[in-house]
Amino acid sequence: MNAVANYNFAYLDEQTKRMIRRAILKAVAIPGYQVPFSSREMPMPYGWGTGGVQVTASIIGPDDVLKVIDQGADDTTNAVSIRAFFAKVAQVQTTTHTAEATIIQTRHRIPERKLEAGQILVYQVPIPEPLRFLEPRETETRKMHALEEYGLMHVKLYEDIARHGRIATTYAYPVKVEGRYVMDPSPTPKFDNPKMHRSEALQLFGAGREHRIYAVPPHTDVVSLDFEDHPFEIQHFEHPCALCGAEQVYLDEVILDDRGGHMYVCSDTDHCEERREAGHVGVLGMQEAAE
Amino acid sequence: MLSHDFGAGFADPVVDAQAAFRAFLDALANPGTQQKLAGSSDGSAALGRELASTLLTLSDHDTTIWLSPALDVDAVKGFVGFHTGASVVDDPAKANFAFVALGDAMPELARCNLGTQEYPDRSTTIVVEVPALDGGAELVLRGPGIRETQAISPVGLPADFVAQWGENRELFPRGVDLLLVAGGQVMGLPRSSRIVEA
Repeated sequence: MNAVANYNFAYLDEQTKRMIRRAILKAVAIPGYQVPFSSREMPMPYGWGTGGVQVTASIIGPDDVLKVIDQGADDTTNAVSIRAFFAKVAQVQTTTHTAEATIIQTRHRIPERKLEAGQILVYQVPIPEPLRFLEPRETETRKMHALEEYGLMHVKLYEDIARHGRIATTYAYPVKVEGRYVMDPSPTPKFDNPKMHRSEALQLFGAGREHRIYAVPPHTDVVSLDFEDHPFEIQHFEHPCALCGAEQVYLDEVILDDRGGHMYVCSDTDHCEERREAGHVGVLGMQEAAE
Repeated sequence: MLSHDFGAGFADPVVDAQAAFRAFLDALANPGTQQKLAGSSDGSAALGRELASTLLTLSDHDTTIWLSPALDVDAVKGFVGFHTGASVVDDPAKANFAFVALGDAMPELARCNLGTQEYPDRSTTIVVEVPALDGGAELVLRGPGIRETQAISPVGLPADFVAQWGENRELFPRGVDLLLVAGGQVMGLPRSSRIVEA
C-alpha cells in the first residue's frame, strides 16, 4: 500500500460524482434540457473547462482512453493540461487519435473523423443558455424553455438577415434538439453543427461556472435554426489545408510573416497528421518536405 | 432489535460505482438495449444484487427513495441507511428514486413525481426488478438514442403499461424515467422513448 495520501480516483469525491451522475442521467433522458448541478471548485480557473472536467471525472473509468482537444488541437495548453490532469488523478491511458479514444473532451470543435457508437464527446461550455444574451434573467429564460417560447431567437436571426443580408452567427449557432429544446452547441463553429445531428456518439455538455449539464443521446435530431428562404449553411473554404490538402474540413488561418503571408491548415491536428502520414500533401507541405 | 447485518456494499466502491453508472448511462442513452450491470454487491435476502448496486451507485443523503412493500423491511432499510444514508419516504411522489422488488407492483407512473415544466429533471426514476428482460410481449420503441426502432420484450410489466407509458410520454419534458433490471443486466426507458407498436 502506498502510505502517501492521494487523490480519489478522478479527483472528485464519490458524493460529488453521484450528484453529477444523477444530473447526467436526467440530462440524457431530456435531450437539450439544462440540468442544474452543484458545480465544484476545480484546480483550474473557470473558463478553462471546469464543467467538462467534472463531467469527464464523473464518467471516466480505469479502462477508458481519453483524448482532449482545444479548438481541434491536441497540443495546446488547455488540452495538454487536462490530459495530464487525468493521467495523474485517474491513471487513464490518453491518446491524440480520435479513433482510439472512448472519451473525448473538447473545447469548441468536433473531430473531423466521424465518431462511433460507444464514444462519448464531452463539451466544455462557457454559457449554456442560448437565450442569455437575449434575456438576461434566468427566471425568464427558464419559463421560455418551459413554454417552448423561442420566438425571440428567431427575431435575433431575422435581425441578422435584415442587417447583414444573411444569418451572421458563425459559432454557438443555436440548434433545436429532437424538436423540443433550443440548445447552445457551445462555441463550436457552425461548420460542426451537422456533425451533431444523429451522431453515433453520446454528447455531454458541462458548464462549470454556470452550473449546468445537458446532453444529446446518439441518433438524436439536432437541427440548426433557420428560415425557409435563408437556410442554414456551413462555412466554406476556398483552399484546401496547406499541409495535408484536406477539403471539406474546418481550417485555421496561420500568419507566416509580417508581410501578409498566411496559410490555412486543418484545425483538427489529429486529422491533419493522419492524412500526412497517409501520404497526403498540401501546397506548403510539399515545400517543407523538399527543404 | 435491529440486526446489524445489513449486507455487503461494493467490494471496490469507486470502481464498481463507476462501472455500474456507465451501464445506467449506456442504458438510458440507448433505450431498450441491455447493458451489463457489473454489480459486485451481494445485496441481501430481501434486496437483489441489481437493486443493491443501483442503490449504492445513485443514492446518498441528498436523495429520497421509495421502497416497494417487499423492500420496506428492516434488513433493506438498514442496508439503505448504513450504505447510502438516503431518506426513505412513503410516497413515490416525494421520491427521487423508487425501487421495486421482484413480484411487487410498480407504482402507477402518474403517482410518481413527474417534475415541473420548469424543472423536469426533478422527476422520479423508477428502478424495477423484473423476472426477465426477454420473453415477454414485444414492444417497439422510437426516440432519441434509437437509430430507427428498438424492439424490447421485458417480462413482468403492468398489464396497462403501454397506456401508462403513453400518458407519461405525452407529458414530455415532464415524466418519469424507468430502469428495468434482471439477471445482471439493465435496460433503460427514458421518458423520451415512445412505444410505437405494442
